[in-house]
Amino acid sequence: MAEQSNAPKPDGAALVDIYRRMLRVERNDDAIRKTIRRGRLTMPYYSARGQEVIPATIGHLLNDEDQICTIYRGIQDMVAKDMPLRPLWAEIAGRVDGTCKGKGGPMHLTYPEMGIMVTTGIVGSSMPIANGLGWAAQLDGSKRVVVAFFGDGASNIGAFHEALNLASLWKLPVIFVCPNNGYGEHTSYNLATSVDKISTRAISYNMPGFTLDGNDPDDMYAHMSVAIERARAGEGPTLLECKTFRFLGHVLGDDDFYIPKEEKEAAIAKDPLPALRARLVAEGHANEEQLSKMQADLEAEIADAEEFGMNSPLPSVDELRRDVFAEEIAA
Amino acid sequence: MSGIQKMNGIQAINAAMVEAMEADPKVLVLGEDIADPQGGGVTGTMRGLSTQFGEHRVRTTPISEQAIIGAAIGAAMAGYKPVAEIMLMNFTTVAMDMIFNHAAKLRFMSGGQTSVPITIRTLTGAGWQTAGQHSDHLEGWFAHSAGIKVVCPSNPADMKGLLMSCIQDPDPCIFVENGMTLFAPGDVADDQGPIPLGKANVMVEGSDLTIISWSGQILRCQMALAGLAEAGISAELIDLRTISPWDKEAVLASVAKTGRALVVHEAVRNFGPGAEIASTISEELFGQLKAPVKRLGGAYCAVPFAKVLEDAFVPQPDDIIAAAKSLMG
Repeated sequence: MAEQSNAPKPDGAALVDIYRRMLRVERNDDAIRKTIRRGRLTMPYYSARGQEVIPATIGHLLNDEDQICTIYRGIQDMVAKDMPLRPLWAEIAGRVDGTCKGKGGPMHLTYPEMGIMVTTGIVGSSMPIANGLGWAAQLDGSKRVVVAFFGDGASNIGAFHEALNLASLWKLPVIFVCPNNGYGEHTSYNLATSVDKISTRAISYNMPGFTLDGNDPDDMYAHMSVAIERARAGEGPTLLECKTFRFLGHVLGDDDFYIPKEEKEAAIAKDPLPALRARLVAEGHANEEQLSKMQADLEAEIADAEEFGMNSPLPSVDELRRDVFAEEIAA
Repeated sequence: MSGIQKMNGIQAINAAMVEAMEADPKVLVLGEDIADPQGGGVTGTMRGLSTQFGEHRVRTTPISEQAIIGAAIGAAMAGYKPVAEIMLMNFTTVAMDMIFNHAAKLRFMSGGQTSVPITIRTLTGAGWQTAGQHSDHLEGWFAHSAGIKVVCPSNPADMKGLLMSCIQDPDPCIFVENGMTLFAPGDVADDQGPIPLGKANVMVEGSDLTIISWSGQILRCQMALAGLAEAGISAELIDLRTISPWDKEAVLASVAKTGRALVVHEAVRNFGPGAEIASTISEELFGQLKAPVKRLGGAYCAVPFAKVLEDAFVPQPDDIIAAAKSLMG
């Protein structure tokens, strides 16, 4: 589709905004990893370093009222949707000013005011819930759309198949986005998945499905624009398989023994972040000075958020009795 | 003028649905065979709703329990009040991730930012020779899961009133219908309104022992009461109605009066909900008890098919009489 002349193309301003979102994701990821390594944060962390084009392009194309359901490797999806970083950092630090008051943590970050509705730690479970949000949008007569993120491993779990079937039957405004990074935990795609492309599974559910280069902003922009337009027009769901690579394994500390060295080196050599930066300069969409200022501003925002989060108070143990139900449980 | 109608549980549940859907356009219904062209659900409890309220609010789904509960969760997070039918309680097992990891926990894990006010209606119970995968009483599983309320009504009036409360409740509820009680007629007041969750019903007052039960076992306890009266034993019968949160105050007040307690449920006895109730009574009333707290529950096996085995699986009136007598020493 991206090759077609009528495919939607990002203009210079769109590319700069996509780059800003990628950089926000990458700088934040870097800060989280440094803070964990310093021993100041104790949390399981699933870095999406290398996958930034996907959330950044989607973040650029979605409106604030559009909703997402994401997964344990999902902080990039929120940061790219411009979630404020202070409540994010307070949450991953387990503090009261966290968006979930420190009760969800990095695997359950939630921020409904910007459409970040569910973060699940269960493979595949973002999709059935995204359908319900899409059903509500349909009943409301709203134009909002819902994006369900899931990994390539999740296309082998039952929830994927049940959710795609229902979304297609009910023509729900849901876009199923699979960043396919080639590995589910430690097992490579071809050992776990019976088809060459996850997008071919869309045929079974009578919905459009595409495999695209998830590290190419033009390809992402073209496919995602069409999928969003289709969902807003009431024409139903789309499955997008976005090929990418995770630079840092499944979980932080994973030594990647199961990934061939050449495969990883080749992927890192094609790091999409410096590639887009070079393109912005080469095509005259931004100059070095502007991009350095952008980076400095983002780093200042992240440093402020980290400081805020790490200094927020710890939750009271009374929180164990709150939010189980609407009504607080008696002590 | 308000009167009283004789109706069965199916009619009472249907009446609750009609009132809830008329009162609140956010109430939705979804499940297998739920719309009128498919029969209004497996027992016809939802009959008429899609015709009256439209198939956009009353949607037949594929046989996809994860997708059903997922759709209900998402719609609830966006402000709707979905009532999802899972045809039989054993089929909740294939949607447990959605129910346990998501519906029950999202309020807590999001620090109260999101909530999931869904009602899951489901049907179960031995007595129909439907054997090991169509009959289990799993209320103990759900009562063990923080964040979901568990309701097990025994009669038509309670079915109407408790279902109305489940639909209005801001948290997820599982509403367990029992195949023996669903078809038994009872009196329902025309103006029967919501019955608060977490409140037990003292059905029969007595002085010698307290029998605590719910759902289909209430019928067998009622049959046992006559035998106990003949033996000169005055039993108090409490219908717990809500298993989680359960009405500790009512149970403890009754046992404090009688000094003896017998818990009767159809769920398998081992690690069943009766253990929680018996343990609480023992902890709170240890010095006042005249006998150890006793439990009757389903046998530790799959629900069997052969009628003779199925009957033996479930506590019968004679078992209840024998257990009560044993407490009298």
